[in-house]
Amino acid sequence: MNTPENLKYSKTHEWVKDMGDGKVEIGLTDYAQSELSDLVFVNLPETGDDVTAGEVCADVESVKAASDVYSPVTGKVAEVNEELIDAPQNINSDPYSAWLFRAEDVTDTEELMDAAAYNELVAKEKQ
Amino acid sequence: MSKKTPLYETHVKLGGKIVEFGGWLLPVQYPTGIPAEHMAVRTKCGLFDVSHMGEIVLTGPDSLGVLNHMMTNDFTDMKIGQARYSPMCNEAGGTVDDLIVYKRGESDYFIVVNAANKDKDYRWMCNHKFGDVELVDASDEYAQLALQGPLAEDILSKVVPGESDIPTANYSAEFDREIQGMPCIISRTGYTGEDGFEIYCRASDAVRMWDLLMEAGKDEGLIPCGLGARDTLRLEAAMPLYGHEMNDSISPKEAGLGIFVKMDKPDFIGKAAIAYRGVPTVKRAGLKVIGRGIIREEQEIYKEGASVSDEPVGVTTSGTFCPYFRESLAMARLPRELAEPGTKLEVNVRGRMVPVEVVKLPFYRRAK
Repeated sequence: MNTPENLKYSKTHEWVKDMGDGKVEIGLTDYAQSELSDLVFVNLPETGDDVTAGEVCADVESVKAASDVYSPVTGKVAEVNEELIDAPQNINSDPYSAWLFRAEDVTDTEELMDAAAYNELVAKEKQ
Repeated sequence: MSKKTPLYETHVKLGGKIVEFGGWLLPVQYPTGIPAEHMAVRTKCGLFDVSHMGEIVLTGPDSLGVLNHMMTNDFTDMKIGQARYSPMCNEAGGTVDDLIVYKRGESDYFIVVNAANKDKDYRWMCNHKFGDVELVDASDEYAQLALQGPLAEDILSKVVPGESDIPTANYSAEFDREIQGMPCIISRTGYTGEDGFEIYCRASDAVRMWDLLMEAGKDEGLIPCGLGARDTLRLEAAMPLYGHEMNDSISPKEAGLGIFVKMDKPDFIGKAAIAYRGVPTVKRAGLKVIGRGIIREEQEIYKEGASVSDEPVGVTTSGTFCPYFRESLAMARLPRELAEPGTKLEVNVRGRMVPVEVVKLPFYRRAK
């Protein structure tokens, strides 16, 4: 399993990347995509939507099941990765490039983990 | 043990993601993914392996009588070369299966049934036949390929010997044809809401037929498509799927298939029960998600503003994200009074109430 050091992680298996310009990028972790298996559809928020930390902000559907994606931050959706609507499988092939959306005006953040802590959480979940 | 179609190795070689469906191992998608496969069929052409479907041959002088007794549709005026869709009911008016009957000759019918129901159907037909007929389960002899999309005819015309080999009318077929020495039936039918063909050939010719069609469609952008796209395409076109929109207890009328139930023909299995049940109190309806959320089958539907502690008013039977509209769509069983387009309802999606609106079916209808 791949867990880049430069990202933060939520307990619901989203990753958060600080873009350095006031925006954060949000995606699904390698563990999340491998558990979901082949993704077939993603249902993303729209630019301008408000998202709330810990609340559902998107859906993904795989050949196995549909599941919710939780927003790790409270803020406004600045940009959506429209490419994923036509190519959801990019999340499987490269989960850390296939961001779902970027948020700005972030006022609150869930308790996030660093890579080491997230690896520990996954190890526990796998037991 | 799940069965493999003659094209199993081909699917694996193409990178198909293999899943179990109706007792068969088939690709749910190829590396292109469902959205691209779906759009190929809507805009160009896609090729599906549907060899899992069952084929039952009914012959003999009493064939027509047996068909009219076992099926809800009427086959009396059918001409050779025509295909006709029909539900097949049990005595209680529930649906044993839905199928397509081809008239191959006088007293010679070729019946195509759902893979998961094939053994049940064959037993049912054998138990309810009468008079001088013969029923043969020919499923193992046949492979079936579906070439679907607006460019299907252009592609097919490259491989058939002549124009007369291509059936012109929708729901018609050409029997005893040959494509490059491979005997086949060419049928203008499909399960996608697009123009297209279903080609029945010998199981032993399946790989060569597949390769031939793929090669012929190279310039048209033909790509292989899996079960996932087959399901999203049929859902957009609001075509029912056995086990979802109907089953052994749901009658075809409740599933919105009343036009295929001919109550004015002489007795048929299920007629009395369907008459007794009267006008169905439930209806098959289309739902569109307002806002966000992907609806799947078997999710409970509530009145607007209800909470999960209230009684659900209906249930979804099929649902997914539809690539053509880029919307989450579903079909549902709803009480008649709540099935009117424009009605606002809510669906319990993993504990979250997602607002939906009833919309007219079909969601998608191709331009003629």
